Amino acid sequence: MAIADTDRLPPATSDKAKTKTKPQKPRSNIRLYDHIVLAIGVFIMMGPLVVAFLTSTHDYVTIHREGMQITWGGNFLETYKNVLYQKGGFTGEVTGLLMTQNSLILGIGFAVGKIVVSMLAAYAIVYFRFPFATLSFWIIFTTLLLPLEVRILPSYEVVQQLGMLNSYSGLIIPLIASATGTFFFRQFFKSIPNEMIEAARIDGAGPVQFFWDILVPLSKTMIAAIFIIMFVVGWNQYLWPTLMTTEEGYFTLVRGIRNIMQQMIGADIPEYNEALAMAVLAMLPPALVIMIFQRMFIKGLVEQEK
Amino acid sequence: MTTLRIKDVFKRYPNGAEAVKGVSVDVEDGELVVFVGPSGCGKSTMLRMVAGLESVTEGEIELAGRVVNDLEPAERNIAMVFQNYALYPHMSVRKNLAYGLKNRGTPQAEIDRKVDEAAKLLQIGEFLDRKPSQLSGGQRQRVAMGRAIVRDPAIFLFDEPLSNLDAKLRNQMRLEIKKLQRSLGTAAIYVTHDQVEAMTLADRIVVLNNGLIEQVGKPHEVYSQPASTFVASFIGAPPMNLLDATLSDGRIEIGGQSFAVQQTQKAGPIKLGLRPERLQVASGGEGFRVEVGVLEDLGATRLIHARLGDQDLTIAQDSELPEPSSEALITFRHDDAHFFDASSGRRI
Amino acid sequence: MEKAQFQSRWMPYLLLAPQMVIIAIFFIWPAAEAIRASFFLEDPFFGNSTFVGLQNYTDALSASDYKRTAWFTVVFTVLVSLLSLALGMMLAVSADRVLRGQSTYKTLLMWVYAIAPPVAGLIGVMLFDQHIGPLVDFAAMFGWHLQIGVDYWDTGFAMIVVSTWKQVPYCFIFFLSGLQSIPTSVKEASAIDCQSETRRFWTITFPLLAPTTFFLLILNITYAMFETFGTIDQIVKDQPGNSPVTLVYKVFRDGFRGNDIGGSSAQSVILMIFVLLLTIVQFRLIERRIHYT
Repeated sequence: MAIADTDRLPPATSDKAKTKTKPQKPRSNIRLYDHIVLAIGVFIMMGPLVVAFLTSTHDYVTIHREGMQITWGGNFLETYKNVLYQKGGFTGEVTGLLMTQNSLILGIGFAVGKIVVSMLAAYAIVYFRFPFATLSFWIIFTTLLLPLEVRILPSYEVVQQLGMLNSYSGLIIPLIASATGTFFFRQFFKSIPNEMIEAARIDGAGPVQFFWDILVPLSKTMIAAIFIIMFVVGWNQYLWPTLMTTEEGYFTLVRGIRNIMQQMIGADIPEYNEALAMAVLAMLPPALVIMIFQRMFIKGLVEQEK
Repeated sequence: MTTLRIKDVFKRYPNGAEAVKGVSVDVEDGELVVFVGPSGCGKSTMLRMVAGLESVTEGEIELAGRVVNDLEPAERNIAMVFQNYALYPHMSVRKNLAYGLKNRGTPQAEIDRKVDEAAKLLQIGEFLDRKPSQLSGGQRQRVAMGRAIVRDPAIFLFDEPLSNLDAKLRNQMRLEIKKLQRSLGTAAIYVTHDQVEAMTLADRIVVLNNGLIEQVGKPHEVYSQPASTFVASFIGAPPMNLLDATLSDGRIEIGGQSFAVQQTQKAGPIKLGLRPERLQVASGGEGFRVEVGVLEDLGATRLIHARLGDQDLTIAQDSELPEPSSEALITFRHDDAHFFDASSGRRI
Repeated sequence: MEKAQFQSRWMPYLLLAPQMVIIAIFFIWPAAEAIRASFFLEDPFFGNSTFVGLQNYTDALSASDYKRTAWFTVVFTVLVSLLSLALGMMLAVSADRVLRGQSTYKTLLMWVYAIAPPVAGLIGVMLFDQHIGPLVDFAAMFGWHLQIGVDYWDTGFAMIVVSTWKQVPYCFIFFLSGLQSIPTSVKEASAIDCQSETRRFWTITFPLLAPTTFFLLILNITYAMFETFGTIDQIVKDQPGNSPVTLVYKVFRDGFRGNDIGGSSAQSVILMIFVLLLTIVQFRLIERRIHYT
């Protein structure tokens, strides 16, 4: 990557694709086949979401009687207002709005925490020579080996012993333990031409100045990309919040889904519409973030592979 | 006076590789010294040791009267122009120029003055508020030099600064660098693998090979009195012909033909060096008969690729060309013959 | 060439400190605790524990329940991994070839990536619902009476469908960017050398995508084994009954619901070993790629 030559965003992959495919001679039967495949793909990928959304705009009696809907029902405002503002749950304290707020805290807190912690660690590993560099690298590496899911029970006990159950810090910090971000930044720092630090050293920049004046500004795009990915990952956390938060005031939307499901089991006529409205609320913010910052998101995601 | 004194410098890497094996050179005040050699010859390592970007394993580097071996790059009073310019892509040209001064704690008024001065000198005034990505290659090159100039260094270090430019721009910038260095009167080391750059820019050339100095001298000396077959084949284009020959009884013998020379060396096998441009196709007289192969017309000169016995020979000629596949008679002046030791390659 | 570096006695440690502290407290400690607990039999009521050696492991591995769960996990993982790979590649190849509407297709096909597994699970539960689910009606048209939550393999089928659905966009994104990073000159050269588009795909494009495919395969396996927890939890609805579950779900259920801490820990450790093996394979792959590029 020629970082020295540009600080602009990398060219969009879609633009590239257009110019690349142009020289090929279009053959109509192939294009038609491709469009059919893609149309079926879009139908399968988007269909359930559309059905879920449309169904959520009907009242639950209709849904119960007639099944899921593919038309616009009249209950949109009422249902979504209920879900957002009505106090629910066992304690009667939690609203959809509060859960959205908690989800945002988790998503943003996780993303910011991870970026700060992993940028500092990657900076140390790439730009410093010190005795325990290799050892540190390997310790960080081992965290990639064991996803939270396989050490969930002892992790819970540790957090419990530290008195961090039902707290935002208990929700966020243990999730930062995995080192994906560190590897991401390590990889990126390594791709920055060596001359950059050499020029900075000749210009009299010390480690702190180099980090702030050169490295952070150079990483802007990468930081944004990883923020988007990590925000989605944080927002979508399920197992950890499920264990960690027993007080409903700390519920996130995704965590709340679990309770809705349990309530539905007991009901005569389950409130399908509200459950689906919750699902729509829970998926909308991450989906929008990804759509709006699509280019950056894809770049960040694919870059992780390298 | 001497600006830079390099004394018996060695560079060994932890893995045991030796990049520089004892190099000593002085750079006088205002002098432009070019380090030239093939890639891996140690020329860049030398430069980086002077800059302080690599540690010196053994030996001493003395800059402006003090030993700088253990000083940080920023403390050495040097300025460097990198191959890929290494401009900070997120900073405007002005900030790029000012960054080093700011880190030294130079007052803002003085920074502004120096930046404006340098910008005027390099004619980059109108780009001061642009980012490097908005500049052409030549303009970036100027900014990189500007960054070096504002530091007011004791010595400029150039690390193949022109290799990223196209041929036309390269010639132009080469001239500008030379003019600039002359007018500033600051000593400079210039590293390149391009012998044309070396010949045109240098006050003195240092030819490096395998971490050792092959020859130090003025461009003309290096060209006309190459110290070894390596220098002979590296400096000058097309390269010098080096032929296996045998010297005996005032005659030199190649592939069954012989030619009278003023023998001052002792008899035996030698390497005979003949510059293509010093050979002539003659109509008669004493010379070598060669078999003419491919002809190349370069416009100003024409190259004749010929065979002498089982050895290849190139002749540069600006007059009539012989017919391909014909035989031609080649002559040269005695002064233009270079003799090298057959085994060591040193000049004899 | 090695990166030019700073030297400082304390700064690197300061920079590393936050990461290291978090790893020590929330990673190493729990992981060590899991390994320790796997050798003990803990009494949940009195809090005392007895060293039992490998008994937790032998108990876990010999339980018929465990074998059944392991078998389902294998089937589930293989199907989800391969299906999402195949579908993702198919869509990416088509998306790479169309000129018109490419970015629209891309956006629509990516959408599901943003959805949390449990949310996907909830939507799946609705679509497969006995009363309201259109997919049950659809299957009935072919004489298949899907009974999610009742029939073991029907439930498993729903889990596989939903989990695959959720993973296709991920594969799609990687394959598309892999396809688009193939140099134009290579595409043009192959167009000159080979007339059949299908043959060109299998002899040029597919081999060039191999590294991406392998990388995705590993990722898909990790996804299917661990990240599908939320999906499965939704479909199982906390009432396992006759529903299939994956090994990770069983670790969670035995540990938190069954209070069998030793057994759950032993199962955790078995999974850790599996992930370790997977990582070694992955490392081999990375090494090889360094050689070739």
